[in-house]
Amino acid sequence: MRKFIVSLAAVAAMAFGAASSANAAGGVHSPQEKWSWTGFFGSFDKASAQRGFQVYQEVCSACHGLDLVAYRNLDALGYNEAEIKAIAAEATVIDGPNDEGEMFERPAKPSDRFVSPFENENAARAANDGAYPPDFSLLVKARATGHGNIPYNFTQWMAGRGTASGADYVYALLTGYDDTQPVAEGKYWNAYFPGHAISMAPPLSEDAVEYADGTPATLEQMSRDISTFLAWASEPELEQRKSMGLMVILFLVVLLGLSIAAKRRRWANVKK
Amino acid sequence: MSGAPAPEFKNPVVRWIDVRLPVFTYIHNEYTGFPVPKNLNYFWSFGGMAMIALIGMIVSGIILAMQYTPHVDYAFESVERIMRDVNYGWLIRYIHMNGASMFFIVVYIHIFRGMYFGSYKQPREIIWILGVIIFLLMMGTAFMGYVLPWGQMSFWGATVITNLFSAIPVVGDFIVTLLWGGFSVDNPTLNRFFALHYLLPFVILGLVILHIIAMHIAGSNNPDGIDPKGPQDTVMFHPYMTAKDLTAIVVFVLAWAFFVFYAPNYMGHPDNYIPANPLSTPAHIVPEWYFLPFYAILRAFTEDSFLYIPISWLMDAKLAGVLAMFASIALLAVLPWLDTSKVRSCRYRPVYKWLVIVFTIDVLFLGYLGGKPAEGWYVTASYWATFWYFLHLLVLTPVVGWFERPKPLPASISKPVLDAAE
Ligand code: HEC
Ligand code: HEM
Repeated sequence: MRKFIVSLAAVAAMAFGAASSANAAGGVHSPQEKWSWTGFFGSFDKASAQRGFQVYQEVCSACHGLDLVAYRNLDALGYNEAEIKAIAAEATVIDGPNDEGEMFERPAKPSDRFVSPFENENAARAANDGAYPPDFSLLVKARATGHGNIPYNFTQWMAGRGTASGADYVYALLTGYDDTQPVAEGKYWNAYFPGHAISMAPPLSEDAVEYADGTPATLEQMSRDISTFLAWASEPELEQRKSMGLMVILFLVVLLGLSIAAKRRRWANVKK
Repeated sequence: MSGAPAPEFKNPVVRWIDVRLPVFTYIHNEYTGFPVPKNLNYFWSFGGMAMIALIGMIVSGIILAMQYTPHVDYAFESVERIMRDVNYGWLIRYIHMNGASMFFIVVYIHIFRGMYFGSYKQPREIIWILGVIIFLLMMGTAFMGYVLPWGQMSFWGATVITNLFSAIPVVGDFIVTLLWGGFSVDNPTLNRFFALHYLLPFVILGLVILHIIAMHIAGSNNPDGIDPKGPQDTVMFHPYMTAKDLTAIVVFVLAWAFFVFYAPNYMGHPDNYIPANPLSTPAHIVPEWYFLPFYAILRAFTEDSFLYIPISWLMDAKLAGVLAMFASIALLAVLPWLDTSKVRSCRYRPVYKWLVIVFTIDVLFLGYLGGKPAEGWYVTASYWATFWYFLHLLVLTPVVGWFERPKPLPASISKPVLDAAE
């Protein structure tokens, strides 16, 4: 048994090693926020995610795409079929060719993916002074950090925070602008962007949206909400994953108990 | 192997088949009739865990392959479709993604077990060499698998690693072009990597079967490193070891499940969720964690490295690094001949025991360094850690074998050391 514990320690040590590998673009550590979906039982705060979606629709979607998410996926946030149809219909997609061999425009359907604001990366850059507003579908996962600092990273992940550090970053970025700092022409100073000079003007300001549910639209509130929405967009399977994980782990723990008992009985007559 | 009498099967169907195709006799003799030392500890369960990992990888991989598209324009998106649109696709993908890491963890511990208890020594050299080849193929498989989702790290990892081959004199450029199927990492590269990634696991499976056949000839080694003297020293593989291995395998699957369900991206790199972009190089290109010790060895051969200066008249630094990296694995294959001691287990080798432990720490440290940018003290440290790696294998291992005074071996597995006086 002692040997076994030693080997488990070895596994842990290797996992520690893994942490050191994932060294992301060395920015400033974003402060750790409290999110509803962390931990072993976490789930998305649907009201917040819906507000975040509203922020996305009214502000960010002018520049940022959401390529991998379909309108129908919004049902996970609590929108009903009619609402989703209406949301989709606001966008226009190019379809075809029709019977005459021509492409045509039509309103988007729930089965379509979110329509991007720009045709392609070049168009996006052209509209943004050469800077590229990244697609939002995987942004939280792609910015998950906390790396480089091994004990911090390890405890974060083992506590079930997963990629929440990516949402910490989005929140910190949106609230991290400071226009009193000197910065190059066409750039904006941001405490959390690597290098501090970001090409995106502060996208949010007090009351940039008027929330349907009456929540006061402070900068912090909107930033939290959009971060929640983006976390969901990155990991739409999260809730299913965690609840299924619980069943699987419970099952395996019971199986472990049985297998230990069986092993003990089997070996009881073997003399050391 | 050692002759349990031919079994009498009760079931007439089994008997009918067995007379014509003796698979049941074979299974009986190799498992129910296969004696193993009774003092095996849980380190001996890591082979079984690795087998479960391999099977898990093959099954999850085949399901992924049904949905995956090996084309530069669609690969990233097809993986995301698996994650989002395929029923339980996320589960299959996370099983496969984390399975690779779990596989390497158990195989590394399995290798450590072999080194510490001297399982590579006579008469088990071929088992060991097959193991080293399996390890090499696993690295190749995992490397090519990591390219498939076509994220930033996929692309840039592939670019950095395939470029290494260009250091080989004369044929280097030819090999690189062959790997690429063109003049850079591009669609043909992705296609051939997919084909090979599908093939190699089955080659591994074949080698694993040979590995096990060879093991059934010599029998298992054990923590005391001495041969069993008779039936009082052994138990039958089935049902004794199967009961024990089952427990270990459940713990292993628990750990795997923990990562799949609660930390699926912990062992991966966040940049791989950005689609590959040949025009934008990531700030730090780091391979998967399981390659890091070897990556550190590769990078320890720089122009001003004290490891390189003595051989600088012979070759350039890049080639030296590549050769060192391959040598670091190839040397493992000849470990049975580098180790000059007759005693197998480090339990009875007071000096070498510590050397193996220090070597293990050295490899973990190399892994740590491999994940760091090549700057500051990390560079100097990786020179010395690499130096120690080769010093251990090439000098300390043979020399200690000659001069060490082993502790007295027990007379047999069931007798304690004290009444060694027979
Ligand atoms: C006017 C266009 C525009 C709007 C509107 C806009 N952004 Fe951006 N965004 C950009 C550009 C351009 C970049 C690239 C900045 C750079 O690379 O320097 C960017 C980058 C980002 C990044 C990535 C930073 C990184 O680490 O690379 C985040 C996160 C982000 N925006 C969030 C938002 C959110 C949230 C909103 C809505 C509240 C929003 N943006 C609205 C143009 C915009
Ligand atoms: C030796 C066993 C194997 C190892 C070590 C291995 C390793 C890997 C790794 C590291 C990845 C990248 C994970 C990611 O980031 O997505 C991967 C992806 C993949 N593997 Fe394997 N693999 C093995 C067996 C197989 C087999 C047998 C198949 C199919 C026949 C397969 C099919 C795939 C596919 C389709 C992908 C791309 C999808 C994805 O990225 O999730 N693998 N593999």
